[in-house]
Amino acid sequence: MTIYDMTVCIRAIGAWVIDLLAEMGRMFIFLMNAIFTVFRPPFKFRMLLRQIRFLGSKSMVVILLTGSFTGMVLALQIYYTLRKFGSEAMLGPAVALSIIRELGPVLSALMVTGRAGSALTAEIGIMKITEQIDALTSMALNPVRYLIVPNIVAALIAFPLLTAIFDLIGIYGGYFVGVKLLGLSSGTYFSQMETFLKLEDIRVGLYKSLSFGVIVSWVCCYKGYYTGYGAEGVSKSTTSAVVLSSVFILIWDYFLGTILLR
Amino acid sequence: MIQIVNLRKRFGNQKVLNGLNLKIENRELVAVIGQSGGGKSVLLKHLIGIVKPDEGKILIEGVDITTVTGKDLDSVREKFGVVFQEGALFDSLTVYENIAFPLREKTRMKKDEVNERVLHALVDVGLSEMGNKYPAEISGGMKRRVALARALITEPKIVLFDEPTTGLDPIISSSIHKLITKTHQKYGFAGLIISHEIPAIFEVADRIAMLYNGTIIETGPAEEFRRSDNPYVRQFVSGALEGPIEIIK
Repeated sequence: MTIYDMTVCIRAIGAWVIDLLAEMGRMFIFLMNAIFTVFRPPFKFRMLLRQIRFLGSKSMVVILLTGSFTGMVLALQIYYTLRKFGSEAMLGPAVALSIIRELGPVLSALMVTGRAGSALTAEIGIMKITEQIDALTSMALNPVRYLIVPNIVAALIAFPLLTAIFDLIGIYGGYFVGVKLLGLSSGTYFSQMETFLKLEDIRVGLYKSLSFGVIVSWVCCYKGYYTGYGAEGVSKSTTSAVVLSSVFILIWDYFLGTILLR
Repeated sequence: MIQIVNLRKRFGNQKVLNGLNLKIENRELVAVIGQSGGGKSVLLKHLIGIVKPDEGKILIEGVDITTVTGKDLDSVREKFGVVFQEGALFDSLTVYENIAFPLREKTRMKKDEVNERVLHALVDVGLSEMGNKYPAEISGGMKRRVALARALITEPKIVLFDEPTTGLDPIISSSIHKLITKTHQKYGFAGLIISHEIPAIFEVADRIAMLYNGTIIETGPAEEFRRSDNPYVRQFVSGALEGPIEIIK
Protein backbone atom coordinates (compact mmCIF):
# COMPACT_ATOMS: atom_id res chain seq x y z
CA MET A 1 0.00 0.00 0.00
CA THR A 2 1.46 3.36 -1.02
CA ILE A 3 1.40 6.52 1.08
CA TYR A 4 -1.19 7.93 -1.32
CA ASP A 5 -3.48 4.93 -0.77
CA MET A 6 -3.08 5.26 2.98
CA THR A 7 -3.94 8.96 2.81
CA VAL A 8 -7.08 8.23 0.79
CA CYS A 9 -8.05 5.52 3.25
CA ILE A 10 -7.49 7.71 6.32
CA ARG A 11 -9.37 10.57 4.68
CA ALA A 12 -12.33 8.30 3.94
CA ILE A 13 -12.40 7.01 7.52
CA GLY A 14 -12.11 10.58 8.83
CA ALA A 15 -14.99 11.76 6.63
CA TRP A 16 -17.12 8.82 7.82
CA VAL A 17 -16.38 9.57 11.49
CA ILE A 18 -17.17 13.28 11.02
CA ASP A 19 -20.44 12.45 9.24
CA LEU A 20 -21.35 9.99 11.98
CA LEU A 21 -20.63 12.50 14.75
CA ALA A 22 -22.57 15.21 12.91
CA GLU A 23 -25.55 12.86 12.52
CA MET A 24 -25.40 11.91 16.20
CA GLY A 25 -25.25 15.58 17.16
CA ARG A 26 -28.24 16.38 14.96
CA MET A 27 -30.21 13.49 16.43
CA PHE A 28 -29.41 14.61 19.98
CA ILE A 29 -30.41 18.23 19.28
CA PHE A 30 -33.61 16.96 17.63
CA LEU A 31 -34.52 14.97 20.76
CA MET A 32 -33.65 17.85 23.11
CA ASN A 33 -35.77 20.20 21.00
CA ALA A 34 -38.70 17.77 21.23
CA ILE A 35 -38.29 17.29 25.00
CA PHE A 36 -38.10 21.06 25.51
CA THR A 37 -41.27 21.53 23.41
CA VAL A 38 -43.21 18.82 25.33
CA PHE A 39 -43.45 21.06 28.38
CA ARG A 40 -44.36 24.27 26.55
CA PRO A 41 -48.02 25.06 25.78
CA PRO A 42 -50.10 24.98 23.67
CA PHE A 43 -50.52 21.19 23.99
CA LYS A 44 -51.92 19.33 21.03
CA PHE A 45 -54.23 16.79 22.73
CA ARG A 46 -56.19 15.93 19.59
CA MET A 47 -53.01 15.06 17.74
CA LEU A 48 -51.82 13.08 20.75
CA LEU A 49 -55.00 10.99 20.75
CA ARG A 50 -54.72 10.52 16.98
CA GLN A 51 -51.16 9.25 17.33
CA ILE A 52 -52.04 6.88 20.21
CA ARG A 53 -54.78 5.48 17.98
CA PHE A 54 -52.33 5.30 15.06
CA LEU A 55 -49.76 3.33 17.10
CA GLY A 56 -52.40 1.07 18.66
CA SER A 57 -54.40 0.33 15.54
CA LYS A 58 -51.31 -0.28 13.41
CA SER A 59 -49.67 -2.60 15.89
CA MET A 60 -52.42 -4.43 17.78
CA VAL A 61 -52.84 -7.42 15.46
CA VAL A 62 -49.13 -8.03 15.13
CA ILE A 63 -48.70 -7.71 18.91
CA LEU A 64 -51.46 -10.26 19.53
CA LEU A 65 -49.97 -12.68 17.02
CA THR A 66 -46.34 -12.42 18.09
CA GLY A 67 -47.28 -12.34 21.78
CA SER A 68 -49.28 -15.55 21.63
CA PHE A 69 -46.75 -17.47 19.55
CA THR A 70 -43.80 -16.23 21.61
CA GLY A 71 -45.48 -17.53 24.76
CA MET A 72 -46.30 -20.84 23.08
CA VAL A 73 -42.80 -21.43 21.71
CA LEU A 74 -41.26 -20.38 25.00
CA ALA A 75 -43.46 -22.79 26.97
CA LEU A 76 -42.66 -25.62 24.59
CA GLN A 77 -38.89 -25.11 24.80
CA ILE A 78 -38.76 -24.47 28.53
CA TYR A 79 -41.05 -27.40 29.36
CA TYR A 80 -38.73 -29.99 27.78
CA THR A 81 -35.68 -28.42 29.41
CA LEU A 82 -37.35 -28.32 32.83
CA ARG A 83 -38.53 -31.90 32.47
CA LYS A 84 -34.91 -33.04 32.35
CA PHE A 85 -34.55 -31.69 35.88
CA GLY A 86 -38.03 -32.71 36.99
CA SER A 87 -39.00 -29.09 37.48
CA GLU A 88 -41.98 -28.78 35.12
CA ALA A 89 -43.85 -26.93 37.85
CA MET A 90 -41.58 -23.97 37.25
CA LEU A 91 -42.92 -23.52 33.72
CA GLY A 92 -45.34 -20.70 34.66
CA PRO A 93 -42.80 -18.45 36.41
CA ALA A 94 -40.15 -19.18 33.74
CA VAL A 95 -42.48 -18.13 30.94
CA ALA A 96 -43.83 -15.12 32.84
CA LEU A 97 -40.40 -13.85 33.94
CA SER A 98 -38.89 -14.24 30.46
CA ILE A 99 -41.78 -12.44 28.85
CA ILE A 100 -42.33 -9.67 31.39
CA ARG A 101 -38.68 -8.79 31.98
CA GLU A 102 -37.26 -9.31 28.52
CA LEU A 103 -39.20 -10.66 25.56
CA GLY A 104 -42.38 -8.61 26.01
CA PRO A 105 -40.78 -5.15 25.95
CA VAL A 106 -38.15 -6.05 23.32
CA LEU A 107 -40.32 -7.98 20.87
CA SER A 108 -43.27 -5.62 21.12
CA ALA A 109 -40.92 -2.66 20.53
CA LEU A 110 -39.44 -4.43 17.48
CA MET A 111 -42.92 -5.22 16.16
CA VAL A 112 -44.17 -1.66 16.66
CA THR A 113 -41.03 -0.39 14.91
CA GLY A 114 -41.68 -2.57 11.90
CA ARG A 115 -45.37 -1.83 11.74
CA ALA A 116 -46.08 1.69 13.04
CA GLY A 117 -42.54 3.13 13.22
CA SER A 118 -41.92 2.61 9.52
CA ALA A 119 -45.33 4.11 8.68
CA LEU A 120 -44.51 7.08 10.90
CA THR A 121 -41.21 7.72 9.10
CA ALA A 122 -42.91 7.43 5.72
CA GLU A 123 -45.72 9.80 6.78
CA ILE A 124 -43.38 12.49 8.09
CA GLY A 125 -41.02 11.94 5.14
CA ILE A 126 -43.82 12.47 2.65
CA MET A 127 -44.87 15.60 4.55
CA LYS A 128 -41.30 16.80 4.20
CA ILE A 129 -40.92 16.19 0.46
CA THR A 130 -44.36 17.62 -0.32
CA GLU A 131 -43.45 20.78 1.62
CA GLN A 132 -46.15 20.29 4.27
CA ILE A 133 -43.52 20.84 6.96
CA ASP A 134 -42.40 24.05 5.22
CA ALA A 135 -46.07 25.07 5.08
CA LEU A 136 -46.31 24.73 8.87
CA THR A 137 -43.12 26.74 9.32
CA SER A 138 -44.34 29.45 6.94
CA MET A 139 -47.47 29.81 9.12
CA ALA A 140 -45.18 30.58 12.07
CA LEU A 141 -46.08 27.21 13.62
CA ASN A 142 -43.47 24.91 15.12
CA PRO A 143 -43.46 21.58 13.19
CA VAL A 144 -41.85 19.84 16.17
CA ARG A 145 -44.92 20.66 18.29
CA TYR A 146 -47.32 19.32 15.64
CA LEU A 147 -45.45 16.31 14.31
CA ILE A 148 -42.81 15.13 16.75
CA VAL A 149 -44.04 15.84 20.28
CA PRO A 150 -47.42 14.06 19.86
CA ASN A 151 -45.59 10.98 18.56
CA ILE A 152 -43.10 10.83 21.42
CA VAL A 153 -45.80 11.31 24.09
CA ALA A 154 -48.09 8.84 22.29
CA ALA A 155 -45.27 6.27 22.25
CA LEU A 156 -44.73 6.81 26.00
CA ILE A 157 -48.39 5.93 26.57
CA ALA A 158 -48.87 3.27 23.88
CA PHE A 159 -45.66 1.23 24.32
CA PRO A 160 -46.30 0.14 27.94
CA LEU A 161 -49.92 -0.69 27.05
CA LEU A 162 -48.94 -2.71 23.99
CA THR A 163 -46.22 -4.43 26.01
CA ALA A 164 -48.75 -5.29 28.74
CA ILE A 165 -51.03 -6.83 26.11
CA PHE A 166 -48.07 -8.75 24.66
CA ASP A 167 -47.15 -10.01 28.15
CA LEU A 168 -50.68 -11.10 28.94
CA ILE A 169 -51.22 -12.87 25.63
CA GLY A 170 -47.75 -14.44 25.87
CA ILE A 171 -48.47 -15.84 29.33
CA TYR A 172 -51.78 -17.27 28.11
CA GLY A 173 -50.01 -18.67 25.02
CA GLY A 174 -47.64 -20.45 27.41
CA TYR A 175 -50.65 -21.60 29.45
CA PHE A 176 -52.26 -23.07 26.34
CA VAL A 177 -49.18 -25.12 25.44
CA GLY A 178 -48.16 -26.01 29.00
CA VAL A 179 -51.59 -26.80 30.41
CA LYS A 180 -53.81 -27.72 27.48
CA LEU A 181 -51.27 -29.48 25.26
CA LEU A 182 -48.57 -30.78 27.59
CA GLY A 183 -50.78 -31.66 30.56
CA LEU A 184 -49.44 -29.39 33.33
CA SER A 185 -52.08 -28.47 35.88
CA SER A 186 -53.59 -25.02 35.62
CA GLY A 187 -53.10 -24.35 39.36
CA THR A 188 -49.38 -25.16 39.18
CA TYR A 189 -48.85 -22.87 36.19
CA PHE A 190 -50.39 -19.83 37.88
CA SER A 191 -49.66 -20.44 41.57
CA GLN A 192 -45.91 -20.78 41.02
CA MET A 193 -46.06 -17.61 38.96
CA GLU A 194 -47.54 -15.73 41.91
CA THR A 195 -44.68 -16.93 44.11
CA PHE A 196 -41.82 -15.97 41.83
CA LEU A 197 -43.06 -12.90 40.00
CA LYS A 198 -42.27 -9.68 41.89
CA LEU A 199 -43.44 -6.15 41.36
CA GLU A 200 -39.80 -5.34 40.58
CA ASP A 201 -39.99 -7.58 37.49
CA ILE A 202 -43.00 -5.69 36.20
CA ARG A 203 -41.24 -2.41 36.89
CA VAL A 204 -38.21 -3.56 34.84
CA GLY A 205 -40.50 -4.34 31.91
CA LEU A 206 -42.23 -0.99 32.29
CA TYR A 207 -38.94 0.97 32.30
CA LYS A 208 -37.82 -0.90 29.23
CA SER A 209 -41.02 -0.31 27.30
CA LEU A 210 -41.02 3.40 28.20
CA SER A 211 -37.44 3.84 27.03
CA PHE A 212 -38.07 1.83 23.85
CA GLY A 213 -41.05 4.09 23.16
CA VAL A 214 -38.79 7.13 23.27
CA ILE A 215 -36.15 5.41 21.10
CA VAL A 216 -38.58 4.27 18.39
CA SER A 217 -40.55 7.53 18.16
CA TRP A 218 -37.36 9.62 18.27
CA VAL A 219 -35.48 7.65 15.58
CA CYS A 220 -38.52 7.22 13.29
CA CYS A 221 -39.54 10.89 13.53
CA TYR A 222 -35.94 12.03 13.01
CA LYS A 223 -35.46 9.87 9.92
CA GLY A 224 -38.73 11.14 8.43
CA TYR A 225 -38.01 14.77 9.29
CA TYR A 226 -34.58 14.67 7.64
CA THR A 227 -35.53 12.45 4.72
CA GLY A 228 -33.81 12.68 1.35
CA TYR A 229 -35.34 13.77 -1.94
CA GLY A 230 -38.24 12.03 -3.62
CA ALA A 231 -39.69 8.58 -3.20
CA GLU A 232 -36.21 7.04 -3.01
CA GLY A 233 -35.29 9.32 -0.11
CA VAL A 234 -38.41 8.34 1.84
CA SER A 235 -37.84 4.67 1.12
CA LYS A 236 -34.23 4.86 2.35
CA SER A 237 -35.28 6.78 5.46
CA THR A 238 -37.95 4.22 6.28
CA THR A 239 -35.52 1.30 5.99
CA SER A 240 -32.88 3.15 7.95
CA ALA A 241 -35.40 4.10 10.69
CA VAL A 242 -36.41 0.45 11.20
CA VAL A 243 -32.81 -0.81 11.22
CA LEU A 244 -31.49 1.92 13.50
CA SER A 245 -34.43 1.68 15.93
CA SER A 246 -34.03 -2.11 16.14
CA VAL A 247 -30.28 -1.84 16.77
CA PHE A 248 -30.81 0.88 19.40
CA ILE A 249 -33.50 -1.23 21.11
CA LEU A 250 -31.20 -4.25 21.42
CA ILE A 251 -28.17 -2.24 22.54
CA TRP A 252 -30.18 -0.20 25.05
CA ASP A 253 -31.87 -3.38 26.29
CA TYR A 254 -28.49 -4.80 27.22
CA PHE A 255 -27.33 -1.66 29.04
CA LEU A 256 -30.65 -1.08 30.79
CA GLY A 257 -30.76 -4.76 31.73
CA THR A 258 -27.29 -4.47 33.25
CA ILE A 259 -28.30 -1.40 35.24
CA LEU A 260 -31.64 -2.79 36.41
CA LEU A 261 -30.22 -6.18 37.45
CA ARG A 262 -27.86 -4.56 39.97
CA MET B 1 -42.48 46.17 1.72
CA ILE B 2 -39.72 43.67 0.81
CA GLN B 3 -36.13 44.61 0.11
CA ILE B 4 -33.55 41.96 -0.73
CA VAL B 5 -30.00 43.24 -0.56
CA ASN B 6 -26.93 41.43 -1.92
CA LEU B 7 -28.27 37.96 -1.10
CA ARG B 8 -25.74 35.15 -1.44
CA LYS B 9 -26.23 31.44 -0.91
CA ARG B 10 -24.03 28.51 -1.73
CA PHE B 11 -24.75 24.77 -1.41
CA GLY B 12 -21.39 23.02 -1.36
CA ASN B 13 -19.49 24.31 -4.38
CA GLN B 14 -22.60 25.51 -6.16
CA LYS B 15 -23.38 29.22 -5.97
CA VAL B 16 -27.17 29.43 -6.07
CA LEU B 17 -27.71 33.09 -5.22
CA ASN B 18 -24.90 35.44 -6.07
CA GLY B 19 -25.54 38.98 -4.85
CA LEU B 20 -29.26 39.15 -5.59
CA ASN B 21 -31.06 42.49 -5.17
CA LEU B 22 -34.80 42.98 -5.49
CA LYS B 23 -37.39 45.37 -4.12
CA ILE B 24 -41.14 44.76 -3.91
CA GLU B 25 -43.39 47.69 -3.08
CA ASN B 26 -46.71 47.67 -1.21
CA ARG B 27 -49.51 45.99 -3.22
CA GLU B 28 -47.05 45.19 -6.03
CA LEU B 29 -47.09 41.78 -7.70
CA VAL B 30 -43.65 40.77 -8.97
CA ALA B 31 -42.96 37.64 -11.00
CA VAL B 32 -39.51 36.08 -10.87
CA ILE B 33 -38.70 34.04 -13.95
CA GLY B 34 -35.59 32.03 -14.67
CA GLN B 35 -34.19 28.64 -15.54
CA SER B 36 -35.20 25.52 -13.65
CA GLY B 37 -32.75 24.87 -10.83
CA GLY B 38 -31.67 28.52 -10.99
CA GLY B 39 -32.48 29.28 -7.35
CA LYS B 40 -36.00 30.73 -7.61
CA SER B 41 -37.51 28.43 -4.98
CA VAL B 42 -34.43 28.91 -2.80
CA LEU B 43 -35.07 32.66 -2.99
CA LEU B 44 -38.66 32.10 -1.84
CA LYS B 45 -37.52 29.96 1.08
CA HIS B 46 -35.11 32.72 2.12
CA LEU B 47 -38.01 35.17 2.25
CA ILE B 48 -39.83 33.15 4.91
CA GLY B 49 -36.67 32.30 6.81
CA ILE B 50 -36.66 28.55 6.05
CA VAL B 51 -33.23 28.90 4.44
CA LYS B 52 -30.61 31.24 5.87
CA PRO B 53 -28.32 33.11 3.47
CA ASP B 54 -24.53 33.09 3.61
CA GLU B 55 -24.55 36.84 3.14
CA GLY B 56 -27.01 39.66 2.56
CA LYS B 57 -30.21 41.07 4.03
CA ILE B 58 -33.93 40.55 3.52
CA LEU B 59 -35.90 43.43 4.97
CA ILE B 60 -39.60 42.80 5.51
CA GLU B 61 -41.18 46.11 6.48
CA GLY B 62 -37.77 47.13 7.81
CA VAL B 63 -37.09 43.94 9.81
CA ASP B 64 -34.19 41.81 8.60
CA ILE B 65 -35.57 38.25 8.56
CA THR B 66 -32.07 36.78 8.23
CA THR B 67 -31.10 37.94 11.73
CA VAL B 68 -34.29 37.50 13.79
CA THR B 69 -35.17 34.29 15.64
CA GLY B 70 -37.91 32.86 17.86
CA LYS B 71 -41.00 35.02 18.39
CA ASP B 72 -39.58 37.89 16.33
CA LEU B 73 -39.16 35.54 13.36
CA ASP B 74 -42.70 34.21 13.89
CA SER B 75 -44.14 37.73 13.90
CA VAL B 76 -42.45 38.41 10.54
CA ARG B 77 -43.73 35.08 9.16
CA GLU B 78 -47.26 36.01 10.20
CA LYS B 79 -47.21 38.71 7.53
CA PHE B 80 -46.90 35.98 4.86
CA GLY B 81 -49.18 33.61 3.06
CA VAL B 82 -47.45 31.00 0.92
CA VAL B 83 -48.81 28.95 -1.97
CA PHE B 84 -46.37 26.07 -2.38
CA GLN B 85 -45.59 24.29 -5.65
CA GLU B 86 -47.97 21.34 -5.28
CA GLY B 87 -50.16 23.11 -2.75
CA ALA B 88 -48.57 21.44 0.32
CA LEU B 89 -52.02 20.73 1.75
CA PHE B 90 -52.13 18.62 4.91
CA ASP B 91 -53.13 15.12 3.77
CA SER B 92 -54.86 14.20 7.01
CA LEU B 93 -57.18 17.24 6.94
CA THR B 94 -60.15 17.94 4.68
CA VAL B 95 -60.20 20.93 2.33
CA TYR B 96 -62.29 22.83 4.89
CA GLU B 97 -59.92 21.96 7.75
CA ASN B 98 -56.88 22.90 5.65
CA ILE B 99 -58.27 26.38 5.04
CA ALA B 100 -59.43 26.76 8.65
CA PHE B 101 -56.08 25.53 10.02
CA PRO B 102 -54.21 28.89 10.18
CA LEU B 103 -57.22 30.56 11.82
CA ARG B 104 -57.67 27.80 14.38
CA GLU B 105 -54.00 27.63 15.23
CA LYS B 106 -52.96 31.27 15.02
CA THR B 107 -56.00 33.25 16.14
CA ARG B 108 -58.55 33.19 18.96
CA MET B 109 -61.38 33.50 16.48
CA LYS B 110 -64.72 31.95 17.46
CA LYS B 111 -65.93 28.80 15.72
CA ASP B 112 -68.77 30.59 13.90
CA GLU B 113 -66.46 33.28 12.61
CA VAL B 114 -63.93 30.70 11.39
CA ASN B 115 -66.74 28.83 9.67
CA GLU B 116 -68.02 31.98 7.99
CA ARG B 117 -64.57 32.94 6.70
CA VAL B 118 -63.74 29.47 5.44
CA LEU B 119 -67.05 29.16 3.59
CA HIS B 120 -66.48 32.59 2.10
CA ALA B 121 -62.94 31.59 1.03
CA LEU B 122 -64.28 28.40 -0.56
CA VAL B 123 -66.73 30.46 -2.60
CA ASP B 124 -63.92 32.88 -3.57
CA VAL B 125 -61.85 30.07 -5.07
CA GLY B 126 -64.85 28.34 -6.63
CA LEU B 127 -64.80 25.25 -4.41
CA SER B 128 -67.86 25.72 -2.26
CA GLU B 129 -68.91 22.07 -2.66
CA MET B 130 -65.48 20.60 -1.93
CA GLY B 131 -65.08 21.36 1.79
CA ASN B 132 -65.49 17.75 2.90
CA LYS B 133 -63.04 16.25 0.41
CA TYR B 134 -59.51 15.24 1.33
CA PRO B 135 -56.56 16.55 -0.76
CA ALA B 136 -56.08 13.08 -2.29
CA GLU B 137 -59.63 13.25 -3.67
CA ILE B 138 -59.29 16.52 -5.62
CA SER B 139 -57.42 17.50 -8.80
CA GLY B 140 -54.11 19.38 -9.04
CA GLY B 141 -55.86 22.61 -10.06
CA MET B 142 -58.25 22.36 -7.11
CA LYS B 143 -55.34 21.79 -4.75
CA ARG B 144 -53.73 25.05 -5.90
CA ARG B 145 -57.04 26.85 -5.35
CA VAL B 146 -57.30 25.43 -1.84
CA ALA B 147 -53.68 26.40 -1.19
CA LEU B 148 -54.47 29.95 -2.32
CA ALA B 149 -57.53 30.07 -0.07
CA ARG B 150 -55.42 28.81 2.87
CA ALA B 151 -52.70 31.36 2.15
CA LEU B 152 -55.21 34.23 2.03
CA ILE B 153 -57.43 33.23 4.96
CA THR B 154 -55.43 35.28 7.47
CA GLU B 155 -55.41 38.24 5.06
CA PRO B 156 -51.60 38.47 4.93
CA LYS B 157 -49.75 41.55 3.72
CA ILE B 158 -47.47 39.48 1.50
CA VAL B 159 -48.27 36.36 -0.54
CA LEU B 160 -45.62 34.17 -2.13
CA PHE B 161 -46.46 31.82 -4.98
CA ASP B 162 -44.04 29.01 -5.84
CA GLU B 163 -44.82 27.97 -9.41
CA PRO B 164 -48.58 28.00 -8.79
CA THR B 165 -49.47 26.55 -12.19
CA THR B 166 -46.69 24.02 -12.81
CA GLY B 167 -48.03 20.73 -14.13
CA LEU B 168 -51.52 22.08 -14.89
CA ASP B 169 -53.18 22.23 -18.29
CA PRO B 170 -53.37 25.66 -20.02
CA ILE B 171 -57.02 26.24 -19.19
CA ILE B 172 -56.62 25.43 -15.49
CA SER B 173 -53.40 27.53 -15.48
CA SER B 174 -55.33 30.49 -16.89
CA SER B 175 -58.04 30.06 -14.27
CA ILE B 176 -55.40 30.06 -11.49
CA HIS B 177 -53.76 33.17 -12.97
CA LYS B 178 -57.16 34.85 -13.11
CA LEU B 179 -57.79 33.88 -9.52
CA ILE B 180 -54.44 35.35 -8.45
CA THR B 181 -55.30 38.62 -10.23
CA LYS B 182 -58.78 38.69 -8.69
CA THR B 183 -57.57 38.03 -5.15
CA HIS B 184 -54.71 40.50 -5.55
CA GLN B 185 -57.18 43.21 -6.52
CA LYS B 186 -59.49 42.24 -3.66
CA TYR B 187 -56.94 41.92 -0.84
CA GLY B 188 -54.18 44.22 -2.12
CA PHE B 189 -51.27 42.11 -0.91
CA ALA B 190 -47.70 42.49 -2.07
CA GLY B 191 -46.78 39.32 -3.94
CA LEU B 192 -43.94 37.40 -5.44
CA ILE B 193 -44.69 34.73 -8.03
CA ILE B 194 -42.09 32.21 -9.07
CA SER B 195 -43.11 31.09 -12.53
CA HIS B 196 -42.12 29.58 -15.86
CA GLU B 197 -45.41 30.45 -17.53
CA ILE B 198 -44.32 32.81 -20.27
CA PRO B 199 -46.09 34.85 -21.62
CA ALA B 200 -49.11 34.13 -19.37
CA ILE B 201 -47.38 35.47 -16.27
CA PHE B 202 -46.81 38.83 -18.03
CA GLU B 203 -50.58 39.45 -17.81
CA VAL B 204 -50.66 38.72 -14.08
CA ALA B 205 -47.63 40.50 -12.61
CA ASP B 206 -47.06 44.23 -12.30
CA ARG B 207 -43.37 43.72 -12.80
CA ILE B 208 -41.14 40.90 -14.06
CA ALA B 209 -37.65 40.08 -12.76
CA MET B 210 -35.35 37.61 -14.41
CA LEU B 211 -33.02 35.52 -12.28
CA TYR B 212 -29.90 34.25 -13.99
CA ASN B 213 -26.64 33.01 -12.47
CA GLY B 214 -27.89 33.87 -8.97
CA THR B 215 -28.69 37.54 -9.66
CA ILE B 216 -31.57 39.57 -11.05
CA ILE B 217 -30.30 40.55 -14.48
CA GLU B 218 -33.30 42.60 -15.53
CA THR B 219 -36.49 43.88 -14.02
CA GLY B 220 -39.36 45.96 -15.34
CA PRO B 221 -43.02 45.96 -16.39
CA ALA B 222 -44.13 43.24 -18.77
CA GLU B 223 -44.17 45.50 -21.83
CA GLU B 224 -40.61 46.68 -21.23
CA PHE B 225 -39.59 43.10 -20.65
CA ARG B 226 -41.03 41.96 -23.93
CA ARG B 227 -39.00 44.64 -25.75
CA SER B 228 -35.82 44.01 -23.77
CA ASP B 229 -32.47 44.15 -25.60
CA ASN B 230 -30.85 41.91 -23.03
CA PRO B 231 -29.85 38.76 -24.99
CA TYR B 232 -30.43 36.50 -21.94
CA VAL B 233 -33.94 37.87 -21.46
CA ARG B 234 -34.72 37.67 -25.17
CA GLN B 235 -33.58 34.06 -25.36
CA PHE B 236 -35.48 33.03 -22.23
CA VAL B 237 -38.70 34.78 -23.20
CA SER B 238 -38.61 33.40 -26.74
CA GLY B 239 -37.52 29.95 -25.59
CA ALA B 240 -34.79 29.85 -28.26
CA LEU B 241 -32.12 27.17 -28.04
CA GLU B 242 -29.48 29.44 -29.54
CA GLY B 243 -28.20 32.25 -27.35
CA PRO B 244 -25.99 33.12 -24.39
CA ILE B 245 -27.87 30.94 -21.84
CA GLU B 246 -26.06 27.67 -21.33
CA ILE B 247 -28.38 24.75 -21.98
CA ILE B 248 -27.73 21.23 -20.77
CA LYS B 249 -28.14 19.16 -23.93
